[in-house]
Amino acid sequence: MSHSAPLIHTPDGTIAAITKALGSNLVSIEEANGEVAVHIHRDSLVECMIKLRDECAYQQLMDMAGVDWPDRDPRFEVVYCLLSLTKNHRIRVHLATNEDHPVPSVTGIWPVAGWLEREVFDMYGVLFSGNSDLRRILTDYGFSGHPQRKDFPLSGYVELRYSEEEKRVKYEPVQLAQDFRNFDFLSPWEGADYVLPGDEKTGEGAGKGATQRMTADEVKKDPVKPSSPPPPTPKTTDTAAQTGAGKAANKEAVKRTARKPKATGDKA
Amino acid sequence: MSMQQDLAPTTGDEVIQNYTINFGPQHPAAHGVLRLVMELDGEIVERLDPHIGLLHRGTEKLIEYKTYLQALPYFDRLDYASPMAMEHSYVLAVEKLLDLEVPIRAQYLRVLFAELTRIKNHTLNIAHHIIDVGAMTPPLWLYEIREDCMAFYERASGARMHAAWFRPGGVHQDVPLKLLTDIAEWLDDRMPRLFEDAMSLVVDNRIFKQRNVDIAIVSKEDAIKWGFSGPMIRGAGIPWDIRKSQPYDVYAKMDFDIPVGTRGDCYDRFMVRVEEVRQSVRIMKQCLQQMPEGPVCSDDRKVSPPKRAEMKQSMEALIHHFKLYTEGFKVPAGSVYVATESPKGEFGVYLVSDGTNKPYRCKIRPTAFSHLQAMDFMSRGHMLADTTAILGALDIVFGECDR
Repeated sequence: MSHSAPLIHTPDGTIAAITKALGSNLVSIEEANGEVAVHIHRDSLVECMIKLRDECAYQQLMDMAGVDWPDRDPRFEVVYCLLSLTKNHRIRVHLATNEDHPVPSVTGIWPVAGWLEREVFDMYGVLFSGNSDLRRILTDYGFSGHPQRKDFPLSGYVELRYSEEEKRVKYEPVQLAQDFRNFDFLSPWEGADYVLPGDEKTGEGAGKGATQRMTADEVKKDPVKPSSPPPPTPKTTDTAAQTGAGKAANKEAVKRTARKPKATGDKA
Repeated sequence: MSMQQDLAPTTGDEVIQNYTINFGPQHPAAHGVLRLVMELDGEIVERLDPHIGLLHRGTEKLIEYKTYLQALPYFDRLDYASPMAMEHSYVLAVEKLLDLEVPIRAQYLRVLFAELTRIKNHTLNIAHHIIDVGAMTPPLWLYEIREDCMAFYERASGARMHAAWFRPGGVHQDVPLKLLTDIAEWLDDRMPRLFEDAMSLVVDNRIFKQRNVDIAIVSKEDAIKWGFSGPMIRGAGIPWDIRKSQPYDVYAKMDFDIPVGTRGDCYDRFMVRVEEVRQSVRIMKQCLQQMPEGPVCSDDRKVSPPKRAEMKQSMEALIHHFKLYTEGFKVPAGSVYVATESPKGEFGVYLVSDGTNKPYRCKIRPTAFSHLQAMDFMSRGHMLADTTAILGALDIVFGECDR
């Protein structure tokens, strides 16, 4: 450990104690980057949280985060960041869910969860059963969609302006003067699947010694990647005529560069 | 109509219905764009529903489309009253994922400026709290201090507010020696003079105490349940400070005290902040005394850019520079939650990396979220005029709350 981030010392036996307390509700527990992450089943959340608070002394719920993994099933991950003031330790509790099945609310354990759950609902559309006030929180009144989902466009769908003629705020579809520039920085040496002009056939039978191509599933793609247009017809110049060079071009060139007779008598 | 009939006043037994009013979104005491829907019984607050999100800019979504370095300036724009403290959590989170070592001078510089930021933030909050309860002179004096802080910001980073000076691996550039000596002189003379003068007008002031003592008392249990942090949890009497308990950068070498409140009311929260300013001065003086010479950014060229002079000589340096400012650096896959003690409380960043040059998910834990949520139970039974004192003692900035 050479970084200077907040020092969190995990006492020996912490993982064993949590494993014992949660019992069969625990899916997995791991320590990575110096932080303990506990994965549990969605339906046993409340039971687990009460045990973590009362038996393992994690008194405070500091934060809740949703994460969208479109490739996974179930799609969403909800992360609870817990803090123990007495043991001076932090853990994260992870659970997986989808948009149909609600997650049990922990507002009964920590009232602070009320707004945190509202935010996850607003941003991802994850439902929380037992939260009596599951309204949107950060987005506009009357907003539709869940903006933090990976398939929600960065620019959104509507933009608003004050209309001087109608004397009210108007909502209109987004019109961008310039497209958002999202560069693909995945290096071709690290497995991005670029088809270079003239290279279309190499995929069929790679020659001996050619680097092994990755399949589409293995390639890590940008979250929202527009389907790339087919490569343009390769521009080839096999003969001189195709380049535009040759006798005809030479004649033209001579004509253009031929010296005109200099005007005389300027200095005479 | 039948309801009206039932509620119709009889002689000597008047029935007054509660009414609901809007506080904000445009109100000088709302500290930004906050809309409070308040249900009042006469002048007593019965229920209070804060509507937030009016300053929501989708910072977390934008960060997912930027490289790790491009995402940094968004943090300045969260809590614009304490920009460098916001950057601090983010750079530490990135460094934790990279397991990157930061040169010791950079760590001192970060702590120095994080504490300067704390002074900057607290003077603003103290000033606004005072102005919300009706005094005018102390805020003007405190703004002098804040202006000095911004001048120091500018001399270090080139920007008065949105510094973008903390970088993964250290800080962007070294500070001139004259700046450090000027800060030292300021801490010795001008800063305490201005601050103590302003405080002498309020801390024992009868009117100020009448407006704040015993207003919105929060017990220790409530502070824990509602996820309080920073001056709010210390005001409730719990000595919890991340700088002490989970030290980052060189806070472990610093000698400072943590003030705590005894009653958990608005006055305690105010006084905790006043004392924290004095403690910040102590920390800054220690930083200035102990700060060694040396590099201010990591020499890992895959993360931090080379010096400009080096780029004129070395092809490799030029390539590193080009790659860092186009593609950026890649961060190993994994996730971390890093929280630091920002002036307002625990400011956390939950960062998920998928191994590419852009964060997969960057959840920001704002301090104001949990504090503002608790405002409902804190205000119940208090007078309408007390809500401004309660709000002032919460220390809320909407850039951070709404993100």
